[in-house]
Amino acid sequence: MVTLSIIVGVILFLIIFAIGIYNSLVRERMQVKNAWSQIDVQLKRRHDLIPNLVEAVKGYMKYEKETLTQVIEARAKAVSARDKGDLKEIGKAEGELSGFLGRLFALFENYPELKANQNVMMLQEELINTENRIAFSRQFYNDMVMKYNTSIQVFPKNIIAGIFGFKPFDFLVIEKPEEKEPPRVDLNV
Amino acid sequence: MYKKLTFYDLQKINKRKTIILILFFILIAGIMGFLIDNLFLGFPEYIKFPFLTTFAVFLSAFQSFISYMYGDKIVLKSLRARPANPKIFEEKQLINIVEEMKIASGLPMPKIYIIESDIPNAFATGRDPEHSSVAVTRGLMKLLNREEMQGVIGHEMAHIKNRDILTMTVAATLLGIIVLLSDLASRGLRWGGGSRRRDMGKGSGSAIVLIFLILLAILSPIIARLISLAISRSREYLADATSAELTRNPLALAKALEKLALNQTGKPIGNKAVSHMCIVSPLRSSLMEKENFWANLWSTHPPIQKRIFYLKRMAHAA
Repeated sequence: MVTLSIIVGVILFLIIFAIGIYNSLVRERMQVKNAWSQIDVQLKRRHDLIPNLVEAVKGYMKYEKETLTQVIEARAKAVSARDKGDLKEIGKAEGELSGFLGRLFALFENYPELKANQNVMMLQEELINTENRIAFSRQFYNDMVMKYNTSIQVFPKNIIAGIFGFKPFDFLVIEKPEEKEPPRVDLNV
Repeated sequence: MYKKLTFYDLQKINKRKTIILILFFILIAGIMGFLIDNLFLGFPEYIKFPFLTTFAVFLSAFQSFISYMYGDKIVLKSLRARPANPKIFEEKQLINIVEEMKIASGLPMPKIYIIESDIPNAFATGRDPEHSSVAVTRGLMKLLNREEMQGVIGHEMAHIKNRDILTMTVAATLLGIIVLLSDLASRGLRWGGGSRRRDMGKGSGSAIVLIFLILLAILSPIIARLISLAISRSREYLADATSAELTRNPLALAKALEKLALNQTGKPIGNKAVSHMCIVSPLRSSLMEKENFWANLWSTHPPIQKRIFYLKRMAHAA
């Protein structure tokens, strides 16, 4: 009788333990998904802001057609990558877009009238803000992915993860094409 | 060469420090309560209940609860803080920076306030992340560039993330209990409680006990205050480390602190209620830069140079 109740007790304990692990894994997976949707919101925001910026500066920057076209093209690529939802492609397209935007901001320095324009200044701030938001939501996403991916690999959580088919997530790597160092925008505004 | 210290290491160290300090605090409050109720008042047979301690706990907890729930509104009002206006460029930028830190921390968006003061400082308040506010002075906005401001906002968001209002409320409650108990003890000693005379008159050690009680009544509030300040300082280091985690740019915060150290002149925004949630101590600005052991002991913030030192180590470890 005593042994039976001990066995039942142990089994009960194990079941409760397993439920706890399962729930924590579900929670962590949820966090990863939430973090991803955060990035997605920021990417969309950036894609929406760029045409406004190009429109606003076009008049001033007649001799920078090439850069403006590059920005617009990079944006188009990033939009289609986002629609497809492939993480590698998104990382590449967004990295390129960041590079061209950085170059555009650097060119602003040559146009004092631009820096005096309140509207452009606001737009530039919004874009810097969006760049940062993307960077921070990516950081948060990658942290969450790291936490989750570690959880499903460590003992004993990996057993539960294996039984219920918890799959690891990919990190989002945004690679900038040429320069490793991001282009410095003068932030002392 | 120093051992590498990442922001995770520094967070762990300072969280542990807080827990040890709080446990020590509880221990002191417990001993105080026990001694006062037992030796001083004595348990009358018909009560059998630590009456004074219970009284002190409830009164202190009540006071703390009020300030925990309504402290933010009172403080913001007394400093004449107004909400940031997104139509003004500088304030919109501030809102954007807070939004960035909100994303990095995964917290809800705090309310953002501006204080029209030339003294550069910032603080966070609010009982939990859902009811949090961040306030920044005009002087700080003028002094710092975007990156440095991000470090400072990261520090304030860190206070919210680490639940420092709650931590400091717990510390204030314990401090309150000890102050109340020692106050009761010294009053009782002056008037001479009946039960004390009855209990102690018999023992030959009564004089020693009496002296011990007097010492306890005088010293314990001082020790308690020092512990609560030590807790505050550990939370500052923790907030710096958490800011580094959020921005991944500890050098920008170090830069901001350097600028802040050089620009604390004039009348501080001085509000004791928020001093432990500020980026730099708003009180006693002259003591701040001194590495003086005594000055450090009585400060809510660690010396700025030491904070900068640890921030640079985090940058080095990354």
